[in-house]
Amino acid sequence: MREWISAKTTKVAVFLLALAPLAWLAAHPLGPNPVETITHATGDWTLRFLVLTLAVTPLRKLLGLPELIRYRRMLGLFAFFYGSLHFLTYLWLDKFFDTADILKDVYKRPFITAGFTGFVLLIPLAVTSTAGWILRLGGKRWRMLHRLVYVSALAGVVHYYWLVKSDVRGPLLYCALVVVLLLWRANSSLRSRTSR
Amino acid sequence: MPLKRPISVWSEVTPKRVYLNRRRFMAGAMLAAAAHRLIAGARLNVALKSPFSTSEPQTSLDVITHYNNFYEFGTDKAQPANLARDFKTSPWTVSVEGAVSKPRTFDLDMLMKLAPLEERIYRHRCVEGWSIVVPWIGFPLNALIKQVEPLSSAKFVAFQSSFDHRQMPQAQWAGIAFPYVEGLRIDEAVHPLTLLAVGLYGEALPNQDGAPIRLVVPWKYGFKSIKSIVKIRFVEQQPPTTWNLATPREYGFYSNVNPTVDHPRWSQAKERRLGEFFKRPTLMFNGYGDQVASLYAGMDLRKNY
Repeated sequence: MREWISAKTTKVAVFLLALAPLAWLAAHPLGPNPVETITHATGDWTLRFLVLTLAVTPLRKLLGLPELIRYRRMLGLFAFFYGSLHFLTYLWLDKFFDTADILKDVYKRPFITAGFTGFVLLIPLAVTSTAGWILRLGGKRWRMLHRLVYVSALAGVVHYYWLVKSDVRGPLLYCALVVVLLLWRANSSLRSRTSR
Repeated sequence: MPLKRPISVWSEVTPKRVYLNRRRFMAGAMLAAAAHRLIAGARLNVALKSPFSTSEPQTSLDVITHYNNFYEFGTDKAQPANLARDFKTSPWTVSVEGAVSKPRTFDLDMLMKLAPLEERIYRHRCVEGWSIVVPWIGFPLNALIKQVEPLSSAKFVAFQSSFDHRQMPQAQWAGIAFPYVEGLRIDEAVHPLTLLAVGLYGEALPNQDGAPIRLVVPWKYGFKSIKSIVKIRFVEQQPPTTWNLATPREYGFYSNVNPTVDHPRWSQAKERRLGEFFKRPTLMFNGYGDQVASLYAGMDLRKNY
């Protein structure tokens, strides 16, 4: 198992698998409202990759598989990748780069504000995701900075919750996943502090 | 002026794509001819073309039947096409009651004989920001209203949709209360644009579009055009309406299409006509201002959203 996780081919396979939603979108008929289909799909996959990224650390500990760390950066960058596509879809296909309209949206519409915040917070994390940046910042500061992903994931969930009309099953599912993953962290950091 | 229109012309309007199998279609057509029954897909005898029709390109039958907000059959727009397939629309009655001299329960045969069927090609603007153009078949709601003779105390008309949780198991997840209810002011209800639709594209309404009979109020957001009606009640007070009950701040009683009054969460200034890439500006009263603006003279439409 451990060797399999660490194998180069596995990593390549995970990379290709993470691109599958994009391939599916490109190959599939997009239905009566293509822009809506693209917006929803890229938004969903951003949240899914955020959840997967946040699940890496708990899974490493729970399954006793520290090797899983090899996938965390990739999954996080895919969250940023789908988030960028989602944001670009909004800028281009929804707003046609109408800056005034976009600024009004970000200012006036809480769900846009939340989504925009969630996306912007991912930018510094994507930029500093390299080994060079970890060295430059130092492990401790780098880890502090990258805790922003918690805020980003929560902002993403709030963005989703605030945009649906009445059926909140989807947002509540992601909310539950993110909260469980954050509570696990809170609990384990409390425990390590008390045992010290 | 309304024009006599031979039925054969329908073959030119209806796209070649037929979504029912032929046998069911033929059976439906024969039944409709025999008893005016509204079996989904049955061909209708359309006598009149309407001057209210738009000449804009019509949205395809495929889109009209696969992009439906019909929360009783699921909140995903693709769901009603599948989940409403076996919805039972026959026998069907519409009870018309309340402040009227002649309360009556109409079955579909009676409803179909109230007035000659008309084709009305209307713009349909959803509160979510998309729009379509639908060639409805139906008759003015006023034809039915005349039959029951409303009392002068009747100031509003309340509508109720069919609700059967056994046929609509997805409804429990919708997050809104059922049965779905809607309402109009009496002057809106008798307005010649207000239609009771029993079909589209020359055929009886597909289940997912509100079979067997639904309201169409083209100058209001789509959710006012209540589907699968079973009860119409004339009342003195403004009746409760489903989306207003769910989120009063976002959905008012009037819900006239208005590009200058935004939904709290999104702009209503533009819309995406399904099938088009660029958004188009939304028109006041969905472009029906010449006919309906006078109904709201002196009203603050920002308050009465």
